[in-house]
Formats: sequence, C-alpha cells, structure tokens
Amino acid sequence: MFRRSPFLFSAMIFGYAFLYGPILSLIIYSFNESRLVTVWAGFSTKWYGELLENDQILSAAWLSIKIAAMNASIATLLGTLTAIVLVRFRRTRLRSALDTLVAAPLVMPEVIIGLSLLLLFVSMEQIIGWPSGRGSTTITLAHATFSMAYVTVVVRSRLAHMDQSLEEAAMDLGAHPFKVFFLITLPIISPALLAGWLLAFTLSMDDLIVASFVSGPGSTTLPMVVYSSVRLGVSPEINALATILVLIVALAVLVAGRVIYVQEKRSQSRS
Amino acid sequence: MNARQSIVNWGRFWVGALPWFWLGLFFFLPFLFVLKISLAEPQLAQPPYMELIREFEDGIMTLVVNFGNYQLLFEDSLYINALISSVKVASISTVLAILIGYPMAYGIARAPTHWRLPLLMLIILPFWTSFLIRVYAWIGILKNNGLLNQFLMWSGLIDAPIDILYTQTAVYIGIVYSYLPFIVLPLYATLVRLDNSLLEAAADLGCPPIKQFLLITLPLSLPGLIAGSMLVFIPVMGEFVIPDLLGGPETLMIGKLMWTEFFSNKDWPLASALAAVLLVVLIIPFVLLRHMEQRAEEVE
Repeated sequence: MFRRSPFLFSAMIFGYAFLYGPILSLIIYSFNESRLVTVWAGFSTKWYGELLENDQILSAAWLSIKIAAMNASIATLLGTLTAIVLVRFRRTRLRSALDTLVAAPLVMPEVIIGLSLLLLFVSMEQIIGWPSGRGSTTITLAHATFSMAYVTVVVRSRLAHMDQSLEEAAMDLGAHPFKVFFLITLPIISPALLAGWLLAFTLSMDDLIVASFVSGPGSTTLPMVVYSSVRLGVSPEINALATILVLIVALAVLVAGRVIYVQEKRSQSRS
Repeated sequence: MNARQSIVNWGRFWVGALPWFWLGLFFFLPFLFVLKISLAEPQLAQPPYMELIREFEDGIMTLVVNFGNYQLLFEDSLYINALISSVKVASISTVLAILIGYPMAYGIARAPTHWRLPLLMLIILPFWTSFLIRVYAWIGILKNNGLLNQFLMWSGLIDAPIDILYTQTAVYIGIVYSYLPFIVLPLYATLVRLDNSLLEAAADLGCPPIKQFLLITLPLSLPGLIAGSMLVFIPVMGEFVIPDLLGGPETLMIGKLMWTEFFSNKDWPLASALAAVLLVVLIIPFVLLRHMEQRAEEVE
C-alpha cells in the first residue's frame, strides 16, 4: 500500500513527526546547559538536580500521586460497574440513559465540569456541612467523576468481546453467580481493569482545570505548579520534569502492554 | 434457589444503582446548581453570590430571581464575540485535524495487519503524557527565537523571525496537535471495516482512485468522521489551556472568558450563566455524537 501511494506515506511520516517532534524537543532541551531553553549551550544534567531540590514541585507531585491513586481506584470500581450494566443488563430506557450520562464527561469542557462541581461542593457544605472546605477530597471526587467515564469505555469493550462460554459452563455446573464473577469474569477482564486504572491515574495527574476549581488552600497539585511556572515563560526545570513524566508513562505503557500481551497469549493457548 | 435468586437480584440492584448514584450526584446535580447560581446576584462575600430564597425584614421568604447575568451576556458584545470566535476556532481546528488525521487513519487501516497495532499505539501514546506539558512544548518551538524560527532562518526561507507564538496560528497548531488522536481513532475504526471488494469492483470497472475515494471510501467512513469531528469540536469549544498559553490578545474564547470571570473577577453568577449558555450550545453536537456512536455499536 505504502509503495503504491507516496502521498499516504509522506502524510503518515508528517503526522507522526508532528505528534512526537514537540515531545522530543522537550527531552533534548532538558539536558541543555543554558537557561535559555532553545539555545544549545552544551550537555548538562543540572536541571534535574535543581528539580530534585525544588520542594514546591516535589510536594505537589506527591499530593498529585496520592490523589491520582485514590481517584484511579474509585474510578475503576465505578467504571467497571457501569460497563457491566451497559454490556450485561437488559436493554432498557434506564440503561440507555446511563449510556448517555456516562458518555457526557468524555467530551464535556473541563471548565464546565470544574465550575459545576465547585458550586455543588459549596452548596452541599451550606446545606449538610459536608465536605467542610475544599482540598484533596473534593479533587479526588471530581476526578473520579470524569475518570470513571474513561474506565467504562476500556472495560466495556473488553467485556463485550470476551468469550462467555466459560461463564456459562460454570453456571451450568451450579456455581454461584458471584463466584462465577469473581473466579471467571474478573480474571478475564483484569487487563482492561489495569489499563483503566492506569488511564484514570494519568488523567488525574494531568488535570489542571477541574483541580483549580475544586481545590482549596494548601492543596496545590503538580499541574497547578507547572501551570503557574509555565505562565512566567519556559523553564528548563519544567523540561526536566516533563522528561521524567514521559519516561514514566512510556515505561508504564510498555509494562502494561507486556502484561496484557502475556495474558492474551495465555488465554489463547488455553482455549 | 429462591433465596439465592434474591441475593443475586440484590447484587444486580447495587451494581446498577452505584453508577447512577455517583453520576447523578456529581455530574447531573451540579448542572442544576449552575442554573441556580446563574440566576443569583453577585455580592462581595464568601461565597460570592446571594441566595435565591431570602428572608426580608417583614419575615416573609421571597424568591429573588435575577436575569441580569443573561441580559449582560446578550447585550455586551464581548460575550457574543467570544461565542462566535469559539465556534470559529473549533470548526477550523476540526477541519485541520481531519486534513491531517484522515490520511493517517487511512494509512493505518491499509497497513499490513501486524503493523496496525503498533501504529495505533503510537497515536494513543501522546494522549497518556501530560496535556499541559505537550502544550508547553510548543512555546519553545514557536517563540521568536524558538526552534521553528531558527530552522526557517537557517534554511533561508525567512530573514527575520516571524511571530507565531501568541497568535491565532499558534492556537490552531496547539489544538490540532492535542486533539489529533480523537479524530484518528474513530476514523480508523470505520476505515478498517471497509469492504475491500467494493474498491476492487470499482477499479475493475475502470473507476479512477480519486473517484473511488469520493464515491465509496468517504461516504462509508462518514460515521467515524462525524463522531471524530464532534470529539474535537465539543471540548475545543470550552478549551482554556491552549488559548491561554499559546494565544494572544486577539484570542477570545468562552472557556478562557469563564476562567477570567471566575478566578479574576470573582463573578460566580456570570461565570455560571456563561457555562449554562455553553452547555445549551453544545447539546446539538453532543446529540449528533451519541447518534453516531449508537450506530457504530449496532454495527458491532
């Protein structure tokens, strides 16, 4: 195909260069000696050293990691339940409504999600006294709300395409439905749960807008620190931070991909 | 058996109820509060709006509804212009994303089978890395002494650096770059299912490749094209980070305006009214998106 169409080939080369060029330039210039990010002045790792001494960035990163892990766990639970309803329950009006409701956070502009959740939290505090003030709890609740939509997409496609004969066999042999779920269904869809958890984690680590609306004093997340420093102009420390984040993500995707691949092979050889 | 059935029913009830409870409380209910606050009057206090139901001196509870925020939105040309400008930016970005994304999706769908998954992974991978940081990367590339201007001057195409950063061009580049995966993935999903025999039959009957594309491939990929376009158009309408970091003074967008009203002017009621208007505008594209997605599910 590519040999027949030079246009298609060059369009794809351009497309991938467009996607990866900026990320590559960030990584290269994180090793730049000069503070002027785009003027090359020799190889240096000093910005990594400065990054590791920047307490503001480190504490924000730690807070973000805690929120992201909590968020990912809640979102995976809720997203999996939603996927089960959408794939396994009878088709009713209620199911279609849930389908639309869970699709909305995927495209909803973050400024609307952030503002509306803030107004909810403020009003709830006035009426029932909870949540008292805003901080990591409100950020976690807000993140879980849009993350669960992404988890639903991932788990749903796995659930819809899985082979149901094992479940049916176990049911025929008299296994309790709960037992069937925990011993058969859950292990089969577990790669999707892992992928969903990781996706929810990165979505939370990355969110600036929703967190800015629903955070309170003392709960500054990593994107908020990055944003305020980026607004002042380019800084090599942010390049160093970006490089570390990209490496972690690439590693996580490789490991998760490997786990899913091995699982897939094993289930294929079994059947 | 009956006791067991009732336990199963109880379990099924909770599996269904929990997502409903969560989305109802944290996704649907908040919109009602946006509506409510958009009808409130601003005040200098914490929180910075007045309650709709207030007790006056005579001890009677009265409902005070203020349409002033909406009136301001329709009278002050700033807000109308921001809405028009957002629609324009979102539409042009969507078209640009299609121009770059369509050949990529087509190329991946036509690639040898064992190439498809890695090529697709490479499209998704940037989505996993920080959005904020990927937008930030463009500052270093587009600024006056940035990589792009250095390259253009080195190649002799220009003599003096051109202004790209803090212009509308930079906003378009940033949006297309960030939202490209959203258009490639649904397009790929429809293109990969395309029946090759249709194209072969057309070719056998002497139909030139361009005509084959326009008469067969393009119409059949329309559901993916529309779904992908909406996945770009809807979120871009409320985009804040890209116009804020890459755009200039002439960049006027609803999302940025909402942010300013909320964080700088502390006018929560006006920000809520803006959010409500944006929500109403987005209903039509959202319904279109859902329609296309449901069609895709039925095909499966």
